[in-house]
Amino acid sequence: MSDLLLSLKGLTKAYPGVVANDNVSFDIAKGEVHALLGENGAGKSTLVKMIYGLVKPDSGEMRLNGEVFTPAEPRAARASGVAMVFQHFSLFNALNVAENIALGMENPPKQNALAARISEVSEAYGLPLDPFRTVGDLSAGERQRVEIIRCLLQDPKLLIMDEPTSVLTPQEVEILFETLRKLKAEGTSILYISHKLEEIKALCDHATILRLGKNVGTCTPAESTAAEMAEMMVGSSLQTPERSGREFGNVVLELTDLSVSAPGEFGTTLQDITMSVQAGQVLGIGGVAGNGQDELLGALSGELPSSPGTIKLDGRPIGDFGPNERRALGLLTAPEERLGHAAAPDMSLTENAMLTGAIREGLANKGFLNWGKAADFARKIIEEFDVRTPGPENAARSLSGGNLQKFVIGREVLQRPEVLVVNQPTWGVDASAAASIRQALLDLAAGGAAVIVISQDLDELMEISDHFAALNEGHLSEALPAADLTVEQIGLMMGGAHGMEVSHVG
Amino acid sequence: MDLSSINPILLLASLMVAATPILLAAIGELVVERAGVLNLGVEGMMITGAICGFAIAVETGSPVLGFIAAAVGGAVLSLLFALLTQFALANQVASGLALTLFGLGLSALLGQGYVGVKPPSTPQLDIPLLSDIPVLGPILFNHDPMVYVALGILAATWAVLKYSRMGLVLRAVGENHEAAHALGYKVVRIRVLAIMFGGACAGLGGAYVSLIRVPQWTEGMTAGAGWIALALVVFASWKPWRVLMGAYLFGGVTVLQLNLQAAGIAIPVEYLSMSPYIITIVVLVIMSTHRSGAPASLGKNFHASG
Repeated sequence: MSDLLLSLKGLTKAYPGVVANDNVSFDIAKGEVHALLGENGAGKSTLVKMIYGLVKPDSGEMRLNGEVFTPAEPRAARASGVAMVFQHFSLFNALNVAENIALGMENPPKQNALAARISEVSEAYGLPLDPFRTVGDLSAGERQRVEIIRCLLQDPKLLIMDEPTSVLTPQEVEILFETLRKLKAEGTSILYISHKLEEIKALCDHATILRLGKNVGTCTPAESTAAEMAEMMVGSSLQTPERSGREFGNVVLELTDLSVSAPGEFGTTLQDITMSVQAGQVLGIGGVAGNGQDELLGALSGELPSSPGTIKLDGRPIGDFGPNERRALGLLTAPEERLGHAAAPDMSLTENAMLTGAIREGLANKGFLNWGKAADFARKIIEEFDVRTPGPENAARSLSGGNLQKFVIGREVLQRPEVLVVNQPTWGVDASAAASIRQALLDLAAGGAAVIVISQDLDELMEISDHFAALNEGHLSEALPAADLTVEQIGLMMGGAHGMEVSHVG
Repeated sequence: MDLSSINPILLLASLMVAATPILLAAIGELVVERAGVLNLGVEGMMITGAICGFAIAVETGSPVLGFIAAAVGGAVLSLLFALLTQFALANQVASGLALTLFGLGLSALLGQGYVGVKPPSTPQLDIPLLSDIPVLGPILFNHDPMVYVALGILAATWAVLKYSRMGLVLRAVGENHEAAHALGYKVVRIRVLAIMFGGACAGLGGAYVSLIRVPQWTEGMTAGAGWIALALVVFASWKPWRVLMGAYLFGGVTVLQLNLQAAGIAIPVEYLSMSPYIITIVVLVIMSTHRSGAPASLGKNFHASG
């Protein structure tokens, strides 16, 4: 076939103890949008890193335009017309847009000429961008634009996009899709990595599905149902969490005009946040990353103190209480970052259980630690939450992301919280573990606790929350009943397209 | 007490000389830190440069060869730090402290035969016409060549960091080494080169002390100048011209307090001696309170993974 752009045959890459890619083959035609589908850990990232020259395959062959393609480094891949937009942005916060783009080019023109080119290309593709703004001050959607424009300036033949929509509002996703369709019409091929099936159905011509490093099938997304693709991806059918109808109790946690200034240089300042949760209620808080999620969790956990009256637990002002005092009163939190914030990576599970459980589980007495009780508590978490580990004496670092997340959530749930706040409870967790975490949160709420779930995964929030609110640049929207919301409403709550017009694309 | 004995022109002229060693060391460390590496071994590299430069200048009779040897000596010692932190991935703080202690010991050993020896003198660079300008002439244009070399290195560093691609890549590596690696830049190679530049500059600063400012060899003669250079970089918010300002402030207060001591002012000598350190740090702390601007990857080790 003459219109074949990239052809992969039998690519294999093994790391010690794990085969990341096992004999993977597929083809991408010119002007085709090809989806690469799979769960976390299925080997998608390793595969694209091989195409982009960051990782060398152990065996197998890649052909680009019929010629053998063995990029030794990203520079070589870029020279051959392969460009990549990373999942975790490869941007430099302290540098401006033009400098960031110059770093991704082989022979960048002078700053002023480059700035003019950036404005030109960004207008042409409906992605407006000021070349002289500091990247650290941009929203997640704008940062992605920086990456895309960096790629477009090099006239790529193949554009690789790694989970590009995980940080966008629904409106921004639509703009991105318009841009990608325009590129496709110009003959650029796109390798689109995602686990969001609806997006793939809307955008992609073909899909290759990876599971545990193996190519388990290809399909034409437009002709397959989401359930069929999900089953190929996971290998079994999934259970969706059950929720029972329940009555809400009294207001347990109440925030009134909470304002907290950003702790770091590029943090977000929380402004006048007012909300309340009732016993038995699950409040979902959505929003694009970097709009104040971490700060809100910090303000609720007690890491960022505020004035006393702004946070009330059962009517009692606790704004100036530290984390331990709040824990004693029943306000527990599980932050986003598993390794380093929620758990100490090099400490054992027993020690990690001790760290947050000491107060409510009575694991310490007059300053002396009761290790026997702590180990029992850790074992109870491991058992009840199906954490796959040889035992509580293992270091937190040795657990896989999903298992550690189950441990971290389980540790808080088993302390019988009155209010539990979790941030990104299922980020980077495989589908079955995510389902069991969501079920545990719903069960907790059914038992009468108030649960606040902060997440960037809208599907997750719609699945489990009773009420939904969104964070946008440090402001929290009003909480509305989740069942009545449309995608457009949610998108507008999240800040819409952040000042962009869809009509720019043309 | 007789303050009239202090000559303001002489004071300002000697300020530039007093500031030069820490200016050299600080500008080197600034480049290292902008690349994301925290090398606390500045003092050790300075003192090693001081003895290397002194020994070679005495043996060859040429101060120029001495300064070259000092730069090489500082860079070679910094390679040890680069080896530990960039390849063995050792902790940067501990490695830097170890480098200082090692440098102090090594220089004492190398310098055993040189105590009491007089080095060849470095000629003053009398710039014709310019040095004849009243007041400004003796202050600005009547110094040894190294004063101007230091200013030249500073200006070049500023221009390279701000305007060149090399400087942009260096800043990118210091800002986010994972992203720089993903874009295909050689993080470790760039950092090793930056560390060597820092070592060479610190070596030059040390040799300036032993060959021009003092000029003789005694053990531990840099007397904490390396630490002040380190503090200078932080409080100057990693900006070259602020480093110059801080260095001149430090040099100025040093010279002033010496003059005040000589004039017999009624303040205990200990307070005067500590004043340059305190005043410099206080001023820089006040200046830098607004925005720190530290390279985001500063002090973090990089290891390329999958």
